[in-house]
Amino acid sequence: MSKRSLLTTAIVLAGGAFFAPVYAQEAAAATNNSVAQWSIITAGFALAIASGLAALAQGRAVASATEAIARNPGAAGDIRGSLLIGLVLMESLAIYVLLISLILFFLYPFGR
Amino acid sequence: MAAEGSALDHPLLIVDAVNATLGPVVLKIGEAIGYEFQKPAAPIPNYMVMVGLITLIITAIGLFIRSRLSVEHPGRFQIVLEDGILAVKGLLEQWIGPKGPQFMPLVFTLGIFILMGNYMGLVPGLMAPTSSINVTLGCALTIWVYYHYQGLRAQGVGPYLMHFAAPPGVPLLLAPIMLPIELISHLSRVMSLSIRLFGNVFGEELVIAILFSIIPFLVPLPMMLLGLVTGGLQAFIFMLLSIIYLQGAVAVEHHHDEHGHDAPHGHAAPAAA
Repeated sequence: MSKRSLLTTAIVLAGGAFFAPVYAQEAAAATNNSVAQWSIITAGFALAIASGLAALAQGRAVASATEAIARNPGAAGDIRGSLLIGLVLMESLAIYVLLISLILFFLYPFGR
Repeated sequence: MAAEGSALDHPLLIVDAVNATLGPVVLKIGEAIGYEFQKPAAPIPNYMVMVGLITLIITAIGLFIRSRLSVEHPGRFQIVLEDGILAVKGLLEQWIGPKGPQFMPLVFTLGIFILMGNYMGLVPGLMAPTSSINVTLGCALTIWVYYHYQGLRAQGVGPYLMHFAAPPGVPLLLAPIMLPIELISHLSRVMSLSIRLFGNVFGEELVIAILFSIIPFLVPLPMMLLGLVTGGLQAFIFMLLSIIYLQGAVAVEHHHDEHGHDAPHGHAAPAAA
């Protein structure tokens, strides 16, 4: 993704965040607690960002692992082992964010 | 996390039966030691019943296969079990060296326990005990205490504690910053082990439950297949990480004799968090 399109996306997202309170007020029928509303929005964004970045990183790991296996098929077992460990460690970082999001969604730490 | 568990709690026949029979005994024990249960009607939580079930199944299988062990005419089940044990033994020898297989009992049992625990979530009438943070935290704390104990036993108290301040290859000058970093990274291993397993199994269950509430007919099947894959993978990864932590604790002593690197044979340990 080129630098310019990345910058454009970032500006659009940031601009959209300024209009979020409008939607929050429309959708919030039962709750007036703005901290609770913001926590739900934050949880959604956090999960999206974490999943996207984790997928990018895992893609790079798989790419270099397959390249290494293609270059040296005899070491395929070792490479596959390292690949698996690396993938699971990256996956667990996204799982941490999932847990925080679940807490924000279901346990209402900031009220309802 | 109790409220998260109750989001997916549904009454299970086995749990109700066990609570009906053993519940009063547990209540009496609780009274004797002065512990108040949150739900006196069902003092045994559902994950404890599942853990007990896993223990009973493993014991039964072990006793059964032990009565039929044979060298000349091994049965099919014995061959499968021997394959599994040899695979874990190979993993231990590959990572830790010739002293590896002495750690096999706990590591292999943990792997089998977590594997069965993950797969019990897909059986109707049972729940996955590893979908509760209590069980996964128990597994993580067990392996944490175990590898520290093995490290203390292998290297002695003094040298083992010195390795926190000055890991091999790091000059003593950096000890003041290495010590907090090492302490935090060791403590974070407990959190990462338990939360990785819990998050994977519980998240999988949550997705399947949500899909069931939307379209119960055929749509949850691919997610359950994914549950099979991630269940096996998470059990293998828990076992592999235990082996890596054991290597970090036990195998460092050889580096004085060899060429100054961490591992005596095979792989160098990655800085697994």
